[in-house]
Amino acid sequence: MEKPRRIAKFTVHVIIENKPYINDPEGETILRDLISRGGYSDVTSVRSAKLLKMVVKSKSGREAERTVRKLCEDLRIFNPVVSTCTVTLAGQAQS
Amino acid sequence: MAKIGIAVFPGSNCDRDVHHVLNSVVGVSAEYVWHTKDRLAGYDAMIIPGGFAYGDRLRAGIIAAHSPIMGEVKKLAKEGVPVLGICNGFQILVEAGLLPGALMMNDSLRFVCRWTSVVVKNNNTPFTNQFAKDQRFMLPVAHGEGRYVADSKTVRNLRTEGRVVFQYSGDDPNGSVDYIAGICNREGNVVGMMPHPERASEPILSPTGSSDALLVFKSLVSYLSGSSSTTTSTSTFSSFSPSHSSSHRPTRTAAIPAEKQV
Repeated sequence: MEKPRRIAKFTVHVIIENKPYINDPEGETILRDLISRGGYSDVTSVRSAKLLKMVVKSKSGREAERTVRKLCEDLRIFNPVVSTCTVTLAGQAQS
Repeated sequence: MAKIGIAVFPGSNCDRDVHHVLNSVVGVSAEYVWHTKDRLAGYDAMIIPGGFAYGDRLRAGIIAAHSPIMGEVKKLAKEGVPVLGICNGFQILVEAGLLPGALMMNDSLRFVCRWTSVVVKNNNTPFTNQFAKDQRFMLPVAHGEGRYVADSKTVRNLRTEGRVVFQYSGDDPNGSVDYIAGICNREGNVVGMMPHPERASEPILSPTGSSDALLVFKSLVSYLSGSSSTTTSTSTFSSFSPSHSSSHRPTRTAAIPAEKQV
């Protein structure tokens, strides 16, 4: 993991997805009425999700990721009852 | 005289309807409270009206749930002050953690706007004490994200503790688990409902000429004036007892699919 000494900008992706037990009518419709109907029968499941791309000022990518994880919990960026939240560091942002 | 606060967020659009019903139809004093207000004093009850607070950005209700006024509403709720969330207000109460579960996109993927029938499953809250138990009444729904979901344990608890306040009856507008249209917290003072009682409180607004939904607001006034007992409800809200409520829950639950897929 690169660790620049100076403050840099990092892009962190947050994916908010419904838990498996929550049905996803949007994903089901995309699969049924678009993908399957379009002849792509190898695709068996589609789940829709929301992607947030955050640019974070930080000393390191790991710290940026930690900051985003914390804010997702603190501010209820996802509803833990029905959703999961995946936070991944996408890399250093173009400044 | 009781004073009721109506929270107003950028994007609220049912605040005036609630204000009209309370002031002009029920005849109780109600006033708007802007969402930036971080001190609430002198309100005997709070209504969180419907609309599209903050344009439903990120998730319906989540941004409003973090607003200063909701910090105050949480305090009042803890003190036992009646709080009613209608439609987007219900979504805000859920996102603020005052009510369990979540409100997801309707299973039809469509915004649903139509009159529907609901049945009162708990007539022992500050917003339902003037209804008879199992009373059916008509009122409209108007929402895109009204499918109530919660994990099976939460749903079981809601059911056994008598915290399902309203259920859709003979209609399923959004795919909610157990046809849930409204719930309350464990203490019973915080109620959230997706249908709009303020749009069905005058005969002129109703296709059938009924205005039974007005009883939601009349119940509140009755509760605040300390006379919530009715011929149909023998116990007052102060004796709200989940176990008591569940002991005479009707057999209708058995007729409902135990666990609709959520």
